[in-house]
Amino acid sequence: MGELPITFFKFNINTQNRIYMKTTKSKIIAALLVISVGFTSCTGGGDKNNPEDRQLLGAGSTFVYPLYSKMFSEYGKLDSIQTNYQSIGSGGGIKQIMNKTVDFGASDAYLSDDQLSKAPATLVEFPTCVGAVVLSYNLPGNPTLKVTPDIIAGIYLRTITKWNDDKIRAENPDAQLPDEDITVVHRSDGSGTSFIWTDYLSKISSDWQSKVGKGTSVNWPDGELGGKGNEGVAGVIKQTPGAVGYIELAYAIENNMPFAQVKNSAGNYITPSLESASLCANGDIPADTRISITNSNVDQAYPIASFTWIILYKEQKYGDRSKDKVTNLLKELWWMVHDGQQYAKPLTYAPLPPKAVAADEAILKSVTFDGQPVLQNP
Amino acid sequence: MMPRDIQGLKRRRAKDRIFSAFIWCLTISCLLVVTIILYYLFKEGISSINWALFSQNPKPVGETGGGILNAIVGSIMVVSIAAVIAIPLGVSVGIYLAENRGRKLTERLAVAVDVLQGIPSIVIGIIIYVWIVKPTGKFSAFSGSIALAIMMLPPIIKNTEETLVLIPRTLKEASLALGASYFKTTMKIVLPGGLGGIFTGCIIGIARIFGEVAPLLFTAFGNPELIFDPRKPVDTIPKVIFTYASSPYNDWHRIAWGGSLILVVFIILLNAVIKIFERKWRVQF
Amino acid sequence: MKNRWLVLENKIFVRWLSFVSILTMILLLIFFITLTVSSWPAIKANGIGFLWGKTWDPVANHFGMLPFLAGTIITSFLSLLISIPFSIAAALFLGEYFPKGAITDIFRNAIEILAAIPTVVYGFWGLYTIAPLVGKFELKMHMPAPGVGILTASIVLSIMLIPYSVSLMRQVISMTPTTLKEAAYALGSTRSEVITRIILPSNISGISAGFLLSLGRALGETMAVTILIGNSPELPRNIFSPAYTMASVIANEFTEAIGDVYLSSLIEIGLMLFIITTIINLLGRLVIKKISYSL
Repeated sequence: MGELPITFFKFNINTQNRIYMKTTKSKIIAALLVISVGFTSCTGGGDKNNPEDRQLLGAGSTFVYPLYSKMFSEYGKLDSIQTNYQSIGSGGGIKQIMNKTVDFGASDAYLSDDQLSKAPATLVEFPTCVGAVVLSYNLPGNPTLKVTPDIIAGIYLRTITKWNDDKIRAENPDAQLPDEDITVVHRSDGSGTSFIWTDYLSKISSDWQSKVGKGTSVNWPDGELGGKGNEGVAGVIKQTPGAVGYIELAYAIENNMPFAQVKNSAGNYITPSLESASLCANGDIPADTRISITNSNVDQAYPIASFTWIILYKEQKYGDRSKDKVTNLLKELWWMVHDGQQYAKPLTYAPLPPKAVAADEAILKSVTFDGQPVLQNP
Repeated sequence: MMPRDIQGLKRRRAKDRIFSAFIWCLTISCLLVVTIILYYLFKEGISSINWALFSQNPKPVGETGGGILNAIVGSIMVVSIAAVIAIPLGVSVGIYLAENRGRKLTERLAVAVDVLQGIPSIVIGIIIYVWIVKPTGKFSAFSGSIALAIMMLPPIIKNTEETLVLIPRTLKEASLALGASYFKTTMKIVLPGGLGGIFTGCIIGIARIFGEVAPLLFTAFGNPELIFDPRKPVDTIPKVIFTYASSPYNDWHRIAWGGSLILVVFIILLNAVIKIFERKWRVQF
Repeated sequence: MKNRWLVLENKIFVRWLSFVSILTMILLLIFFITLTVSSWPAIKANGIGFLWGKTWDPVANHFGMLPFLAGTIITSFLSLLISIPFSIAAALFLGEYFPKGAITDIFRNAIEILAAIPTVVYGFWGLYTIAPLVGKFELKMHMPAPGVGILTASIVLSIMLIPYSVSLMRQVISMTPTTLKEAAYALGSTRSEVITRIILPSNISGISAGFLLSLGRALGETMAVTILIGNSPELPRNIFSPAYTMASVIANEFTEAIGDVYLSSLIEIGLMLFIITTIINLLGRLVIKKISYSL
């Protein structure tokens, strides 16, 4: 075969040529057959078990990615539903649900009035768990630092630039603080973690509120590093001596990263933990679940915590979606706020308080397909 | 007079030697870089190559183990669909370029192909997003394939043209004189003669797109599940490396190194195939 | 009957060839139109100030691309600067010193391996090897030491450019007329003299075209740079500072840009990238074509 083109020109054009064409033709036909069989085998099949209905697509928050990947993997074992969750950032989750490219979006920031009014149809959202954001750093020996809201705002506004700044030293007289610049890390992508962080900063610092504001992606003060995703920020902190950044509590624990105790509005230094974070969430929940719980005034509450939401359309009949698919989706979401909650604690997310679960049930029951409620007796 | 000349000659010789040494140094440092990169790849990658890497899907965060089966299947699917789209188009354009040399239009077409090769892959990703993902409202392996097919076109076109030009005119004229149509002549005389070069072009194209992520970020998207349906989002090996490389999990880094090693070895093998083809199937007369 | 089919078949074939060729030719034009139409909301909202606007503030819907433009240009030029001596040396080594032989084969294969490594693997490798090195150096110089930044990205990018520019340089150097070289050798010139006085000067336009094309490639490089540049949308202060490039901001923010203006601002950056790389490639190819015709 290898020498074919040369011999072909020198000797016998016709026979060589014909043999050659035949073999390629038959090979192509065989290949096409294989491909088409492959297609039919994966797209066809009966209506009842249409694989299309068992494949769900979600995208958004990286904050809850560890929890969701665990939940979806476990739920897949129960009900053989394949859920593809891509952690592209909360901003991405909101955008993709608006564009209807995903079945559900996930965000750590609830939708603003502006976003709700811009959506092509009515959107509903419900919290799935509570997560805390911590200030993590990379210092020699990694001591547990104590920080005040003032210090956090100072570091992020770049008014505190050295680790041995007087303000930090005053709170941490015992810690060894090097005479080094602080490398500040923030999220480079649109993120709910950033929203929680900037929401907190806006509540505690009027300077921050006027200069930067809150949002899933903001115009950060100069001289800061960006990392993509919780993973990205954690990665930069781990690899950079003198770095400080905000990441999700679960990521910090998972990766053995140090994090600071934060002084809350009651004046107590609180170690971020499941318990201290969930204290924020014990209050009343509005019917649309859009509530910010940062800087809580509860005595022992860790102040930088938030719900994380799943967003979907209230009317699920759009595009080429079947009722089976929608039922599968809602069953899965129902499972997440009930049995799925057992996976929250091991991954250091705080489970939903009962009031939030009740609000979630009402919202999930309100979701319709072609005007008819989907979950009547789940 | 003489001593000065000899001195001058000596100085020039010394200069020449220094210059050579300089060239040697720079060249060897290039070699060194290659060695370092390969050393790292193998050192970090070998230990993570195991059967699970090829046979399992990713595990949720926190559970160790798992593999990249979904991404391997995804890569193969996305790239083969891209090849099925790009090869007929590319070969046709290559035939046109080879058959119509010297025309103004042909020259412009050749320039356009060169420029197309230089378009950043991320821009092609945007264009496919606007063309396909946004109107259909779906991320899919298929949309990724189209982006990659566009990137594959230039090498296929160029290689086809370059080999077909080498086929002697006399052969074609003989075929036409015997009454064979232009179509038959092309299919049965010209193309088989240049098959080696065309095949090389296709493999160069595949090697070019196999490691691409940028155009897939917002077309093929990603998927932790094993999927055979090109209408669904899929993961590819380079995409997994990108996600895992920027994560803080050691286990994910391990998998990313393994994926990198697989990817690089595969592309180097493709290059070896290209070499063999170039040696064996070169058009010679 | 059979004859008619043959004629028809032939006709279809010829038409098909012209059709796909014209399609390929106008593909660039279609790209340009697609990008312009999709970025129209941004062009309207941001105006011409977009090109030199210094702030990128999606919350306030205020978009300027200067930080990305600066980051892109500085990173590309720096990487080109680093790679120039290496690629010229390697091209001379292959073209003049050892055009044949075992060393050449090894070296050529090595360069091909460099070309075979995907960009994302370069980024990952750079994060593990180059970034900590740069970070250590920064720590010694008492600077903030993130490790990632313009310099790190440029170093890795320069390695990625080597195979591309070596092959272009070789192509250019091989175009030196043999008679010129032989004449110089016959007059008693040393090899270094032939290289510095004959080969390099006579090919200067080709060499610059080669570097222009390498620059075009560096401008559009996405994944490795995204991993290594630090992703900070501000004007860089020095070569150690974290920055952002046009390609990486698109890669990072495209899937999550909420709001029409935000998204189409990103597409507008893509449009600029398209225009810049098209012009650079066009210029480079024209120069190379010209010299290869004139010989």
